[in-house]
Amino acid sequence: MSTDVVPGVVAVVLVSIATLAIGTWGLRISRTTSDFFVASRTVRPRLNASAIGGEYLSAASFLGVAGLLLTFGAEMLWYPVGWTAGYLVLMVLVAAPLRRSGAYTLPDFAEARLGSSGVRRLCSVLVVGIGWLYLLPQFQGAGVTLRATIGAPPWAGSLVVAVVVLASVSPGGMRSITFVQAFQYWLKLTALLVPVFVLVAVWLADGAADPAAAAPHSWSVPLAAPGGGIGLYTTYSLIVATFLGTMGLPHVVVRFYTNPDGRAARRTTLAVLGLLGVFYVLPPVYAALGRIYAPSLVEDGSDVLVLALPSLMVGGVAGAVLTGLVTAGAFAAFLSTSSGLTIAVAGVLSQDVTGRRWGSVRLGGVAAFRVAAAVAVVVPLLMSLPAQDVAVARTVGLAFAVTASTFAPLLMLGIWWRGLTPAGAVAGLLVGGLGSGAAVAWTLAASPSSGWGPALLGQPAAWSVPASFLAMVVVSRLTRASVPAHAGRFMVRLHTPEAVQLQR
Amino acid sequence: MSDPPSRVRVTGPPRRRAHVVRAARTREIDAETALGEVFMRSLLREQLVLALRVLAALALTVGLLPLLFHLFPGLGDVRVGPVPVAWLLLGVLTYPWLVVLGWAYIRRAEHNERDFADLVGSVLPEEDR
Repeated sequence: MSTDVVPGVVAVVLVSIATLAIGTWGLRISRTTSDFFVASRTVRPRLNASAIGGEYLSAASFLGVAGLLLTFGAEMLWYPVGWTAGYLVLMVLVAAPLRRSGAYTLPDFAEARLGSSGVRRLCSVLVVGIGWLYLLPQFQGAGVTLRATIGAPPWAGSLVVAVVVLASVSPGGMRSITFVQAFQYWLKLTALLVPVFVLVAVWLADGAADPAAAAPHSWSVPLAAPGGGIGLYTTYSLIVATFLGTMGLPHVVVRFYTNPDGRAARRTTLAVLGLLGVFYVLPPVYAALGRIYAPSLVEDGSDVLVLALPSLMVGGVAGAVLTGLVTAGAFAAFLSTSSGLTIAVAGVLSQDVTGRRWGSVRLGGVAAFRVAAAVAVVVPLLMSLPAQDVAVARTVGLAFAVTASTFAPLLMLGIWWRGLTPAGAVAGLLVGGLGSGAAVAWTLAASPSSGWGPALLGQPAAWSVPASFLAMVVVSRLTRASVPAHAGRFMVRLHTPEAVQLQR
Repeated sequence: MSDPPSRVRVTGPPRRRAHVVRAARTREIDAETALGEVFMRSLLREQLVLALRVLAALALTVGLLPLLFHLFPGLGDVRVGPVPVAWLLLGVLTYPWLVVLGWAYIRRAEHNERDFADLVGSVLPEEDR
């Protein structure tokens, strides 16, 4: 090991210690089961928005977006735009009613709305599956980062993240992790923002070269390769997946239950839109500067662009400090997203699996949550160890396509359409989940190729989302007799402002 | 100090009447009568139409960009200063636009809810909570 590794090591250690310290502080005020799952529903919009931002901005946002923009150009701007616009769609369609439903998790909502334990079980399986699918790339990304910055073996990064997440989540649950994640949003923003000022100053001093000069024409066109009809389809399919997929992400949805009421849920979402917008302006700056100062990364290794650019442009002690800063931000990204997903998966597992009676033993709420958290972390950790080379961004894309084709139709129809029946919901979840899941599983397994077939399978949302909606509506119409008796009553509860006192 | 001023009884505006009205109308909703059904359906429709209008505004602005760049490939060469126009639109300007749309939605949605609350006779808290 040389002195190059010092900033990386210092950054990782400091972020881990800060995370554990804030988590422990949260422990002191976290006492009840309600604290564990939904922070007793008392988190104010501004704090909650920071926490959602901290949780949402994963490795894909912090490292992946800048790298993709460097290589492919404007077409990749749809990822950050879609990830932000997804919150607008979530706000206008589900935020307030979802909070007013009074359920802890997505399966709770499905059961309360449809009165069916079968739908509940299917939703639980989907939440755990999507959560693990999303945790996997976080652990892999951590491995890649530690290898790039301090030359550690790839499993070391995954292990460090898993241990820190478990240590910070298990003691304090949702209440303490809210503070941790709010802190990590501001850390991530600082870690990208401060270097940008320095790097842009260097760029101006060097004569402000044109980043697009060396780039091909397609770098300035926001359409997916290879353009034409296929490019248009792929772009719109990505838009559907990201705009609708956000509302179904289990770790995002679970956060909405921590708002005090429906109005606060809306206001939280507006603040999130602002925070994400501020953050996502920064990665394109790295990508543009990378075109000038890091041309060697364009073809190979663009994922480390954010980590490598400060030392390439500045050098010396200042470069080392900036490198430490971005490494800290990247590590915070892995930690916060993994923590949020762990909470969401553990919440479902503890209610449906570990909280049950096993033989003569029945764990209490908090103990069941801790056991579930351990399971939620260990399974994807073991999965990530052999598969260190699967592309990080592709797995995240799979998760968005799957949630857009399953939970998005369930939430939208469940909240706005009285006629949804349990059978209809199951049909839609199966059609959307199996369709999108099979399509992207095939894409991950097969080698990249071109043409309409691979395009349809590689970006399935544009057909799998309508298919899921159609299945829900058609089957619900066919099973009209089984519309839950309490559906009307439940709809009243979802849409009534808190100021109107109903008996509920 | 002189003698304390004689006591004056201070009372608020009569509330009983409003209270009775409120109880009566929320009971309509609680009991799922035809009238309560009308109240709820109108709120639901108003909120849904509002949501769809915001989504349409999103689709007609941000959502049309891929089609525009597909139909007019020359847009790829347009620059604003040193920045290609696609980077400016999607990398910067989209985000404030999303916040504006969200802000407009919240204003209208809370307005609808306040109207509804007035209709059934109770009042939303004035200051933000």
